Amino acid sequence: MKIEHVGLSSINGSLVVLENVVDPHYDEMVEFTLADGKKCTGRIVMVEGDKVAVQVFEGTTGISMTNVRTRLTGKPIEMKLSPEIVGRVFDGLGRPIDGLGEIYPEESRDVNGSPINPVSRVYPRNYIHTGISSIDALATLIRGQKLPIFSGSGMKHNELAVQIVRQASIADSEDFGIVFAAMGIKNDVADYFRRSFEESNVMNRVTMFLNLSNDPIIERIITPRCALTAAEYLAFTLNKHILVILTDMTSYAEALREFSSSKGEIPSRKGFPGYLYSDFATLYERAGIIKDAKGSVTQIPILTMPNDDITNPIPDLTGYITEGQIVLDRTLDTKGIYPPVSILPSLSRLMKDGIGKGYTREDHSALANQLFASYAKLQDAKALASVIGEEELSDDDKKLMVFGREFEQRFINQGYNENRTMEETLDLGWELLSMLPKEMLDRVDEKTLEEHYKPAE
Amino acid sequence: MPETNVIYSINGPIVTIKGATTLSMTEMVYVGNEKLVGEVIKLDKDSTTIQVYEETGGLKPGEPIFSTGDQISVVLGPGIIKNIFDGIERPLTALEEKSGSFIKRGLSMSAISTEKEWDVTVTAKVGDRLKGGEIYATCPETDVITHRVMVPPYLEGEVVEAKPDGKYKVNDTIIKIETPSGEVKELTLCQKWPIRIPRPVNHRMEATKPLITGQRVIDTLFPVAKGGAAAIPGGFGTGKTMTQHQLAKWCDADIIIYVGCGERGNEMTQALQEFSEITDPKTGKPLTDRTVLIANTSNMPVAAREASIYTGITLAEYYRDMGYHTALMADSTSRWAEALREISGRLEEMPADEGFPAYLPSRLSKFYERAGYVETLCGKEGSVTVIGAVSPQGSDFSEPVTQNTKRFTRCFWALDKSLAYARHYPAINWNTSYSEYVNDFSKWYHDNVGENFLKYREEICNILSEESSLMEIVKLIGADVLPDDQKLTIEIARVIRVGFLQQNAFHPEDTYVPLEKQMKMMEVILHMYHVCRDIVAKQVPISKIIATGLFDKLVKIKYDVPNNNIGMLDSYIEEINTVLRPLMS
Repeated sequence: MKIEHVGLSSINGSLVVLENVVDPHYDEMVEFTLADGKKCTGRIVMVEGDKVAVQVFEGTTGISMTNVRTRLTGKPIEMKLSPEIVGRVFDGLGRPIDGLGEIYPEESRDVNGSPINPVSRVYPRNYIHTGISSIDALATLIRGQKLPIFSGSGMKHNELAVQIVRQASIADSEDFGIVFAAMGIKNDVADYFRRSFEESNVMNRVTMFLNLSNDPIIERIITPRCALTAAEYLAFTLNKHILVILTDMTSYAEALREFSSSKGEIPSRKGFPGYLYSDFATLYERAGIIKDAKGSVTQIPILTMPNDDITNPIPDLTGYITEGQIVLDRTLDTKGIYPPVSILPSLSRLMKDGIGKGYTREDHSALANQLFASYAKLQDAKALASVIGEEELSDDDKKLMVFGREFEQRFINQGYNENRTMEETLDLGWELLSMLPKEMLDRVDEKTLEEHYKPAE
Repeated sequence: MPETNVIYSINGPIVTIKGATTLSMTEMVYVGNEKLVGEVIKLDKDSTTIQVYEETGGLKPGEPIFSTGDQISVVLGPGIIKNIFDGIERPLTALEEKSGSFIKRGLSMSAISTEKEWDVTVTAKVGDRLKGGEIYATCPETDVITHRVMVPPYLEGEVVEAKPDGKYKVNDTIIKIETPSGEVKELTLCQKWPIRIPRPVNHRMEATKPLITGQRVIDTLFPVAKGGAAAIPGGFGTGKTMTQHQLAKWCDADIIIYVGCGERGNEMTQALQEFSEITDPKTGKPLTDRTVLIANTSNMPVAAREASIYTGITLAEYYRDMGYHTALMADSTSRWAEALREISGRLEEMPADEGFPAYLPSRLSKFYERAGYVETLCGKEGSVTVIGAVSPQGSDFSEPVTQNTKRFTRCFWALDKSLAYARHYPAINWNTSYSEYVNDFSKWYHDNVGENFLKYREEICNILSEESSLMEIVKLIGADVLPDDQKLTIEIARVIRVGFLQQNAFHPEDTYVPLEKQMKMMEVILHMYHVCRDIVAKQVPISKIIATGLFDKLVKIKYDVPNNNIGMLDSYIEEINTVLRPLMS
């Protein structure tokens, strides 16, 4: 028989304070019952003697100091797990909302998870073929990696994510699954993802967690944790290869900021709490492969950079934790290039060990390096051309300009349904490099050049 | 009768006890029924504040807090090398055996194996007078490192009993000494030391020897001393970790302590794997034989992250005391500073710059000052070199951690985003980086590399700085309008940048380059420059020189000349002479 506490001693935003509580645990889940029978849930975020502060997930609207009864569950927030969760839709707290009834759990797990022992990790090496040239060649996605998409409002990050899911899934075996966590995204966007999953026949492999933009923001803090708990269960207990899409991390971080300021914490940069880095890390670091399971968790978090500013704390701290990033560029987007991947700041840290002989093709790394170097040099030529005009450029620079245009139009740009093989992508890269004079290719050794450098004449 | 302290409040990693206690500052305590490790960080008459090194979820007020009487400390003894620890020296491999792939809470175990037997040679004899820091036994710890077992500092006395040579476990008594006060102390193979207190030395010495890293831009342009401190600041994706890994692999320290402080789990796995695959060029043994890894990844508890840096440097000092040259790589100190900030925020301290606590500079300086070239208590020479990565927020070097680190290190390797975007690695920007050690090494260079080393270095620096001012003009009007002598500067600077400063970590020859080859490469490049300068002075158009393809040939020296055939570089000088002399007439 659990004790119920009647009444509250204060309410501030989504935080309520209770006094004279018997036996409260830090981080435990509590249930509130309002006078009208409405139920909501919360989590203990601070304990001081018999006084506790509780964060209410659904928000405190309608709660008064007297009309509420509180019950402590004695447990942290847990996610019910069973193989049935595949194909289902949950709310931000991991409760089914697709009308198909409750999950009959095989086990329940604390949504906070535990850190993976670095010794137990397997270093990720197998690349995931996405069929998108700019990613496959220049920022190769590796199974077990966390590779975010840095985007801006209005750019085509959702299309890109869907294309990755669709094309990566085709190449893979039966054991493939997707966990999709929506945090503060619009209804239309969630529908777009759902429709796209249905159209590409992967819906029966998708587990969805939806906390839409009109859902309570405090719940949003739990949403990715539920999703990752489900992903870990599917990957490490059921041995599936799981691709997790977390969108939009910006809304998540803003929810965290709102919650932090309501607790009266000292803010650091741009009002975000000082522990934003640690908090992000507890999410992103849950990607990976471990020794004693066959599955893997690969993460593609999507975030919209406020004002397209990559130095904003959200993309900045994310970049420090994730293993690279795919940055989308507004100028390419307005030119109509899809996917508008900005080559220079995009990077995959795990790529170097997952490409080359035995993985993709021997010349892959030389090609990628040279494309990066030439494209970087192009930026100087472009800057110069904007001052003195393209006509006045040296011959080499003129050739670079032509190369740059072709590169953007033919290599980066590709159809929404176009699935290029690795061979096609790499050959296309060499074809474009062959437009440049041989002396300008200083990142490639003679042997590789001989094999692949084929100027048009 | 030990007093019973109980938890009063919990806020993240911070736990308080109400009322006065007899706990002491920085004392290690066990918190709650699960016995989570914690440390006392604040005491006043109404409350005691403890930071907990593990997740605090599920704790409740009223659970007991156990005192240990000891400060938070590490166990020092054979078995540390080759191991991988978390931030408070718990062995991760052993933890894996106990709790599987995920780290559970409240696990406590000995840092070094208590079961393993070591082949001990006892060097002390009955009747010897031993002072603190003196060696009384040795044992081979790995194939390349001999562990020298020392009397703990501040302890001295006469040996009254010594065991014969043989196989012993770390907790077996090796000798007994009688202190001047008449107390008999048993000394085993291991000792404890509090992590926040620097281990004592006889005296500090001048740091006049460079740490050779085999990385050209570092060894030649911005060298760091053995016993010096260097900072590597850079935004994400600029190659901090890559540079740290390269240094850990190739630098000529005897022992490497690599601290992954709040960084990625996969990176630690990679380090673990790579270090066991690569053989040390000096010893022919795997690099792990000289490496200790401390992995406190970003999702592990934040308080342990704060401790990991100190754990690392204490281990480094311990091996220094045996007379080894150790190098500590801390990746990244910004995460450590953020851990300080997070804890300070929870304590509701008044924040200074960007929310960091006001004591950030003093903590940083205390840490970097533990680096040094010293004479140890046993009279040997040893050093601790500290190389700290800094991850400035938004790549903005004016933020407090970078600025304060700059004040306490004498070597600054600034990583540059635009170089990284062009995949120029190591992306150390030669215009903003500096090393204050260069002149301290002049004698060493003169004796060990060649008398012209510093002269060449200076000329290379001059060409690079001239180029950077020329580039300002080129950006506005293009390179075509420059006079030929300036074009030559730009061309030779390109050779230096691409052929010398840029170094390919994945190329078997280029990943490590001995100092002699670095010097010879400079000589060839500068010889080319001098010859070309004469030719250009005679009004010969530079396009003629470029047409010979020699510049491009020089760029590829790094790949074409093997490290074991440095003499081959002389043929380049001859080729320059034979190809270019005819142009003069």
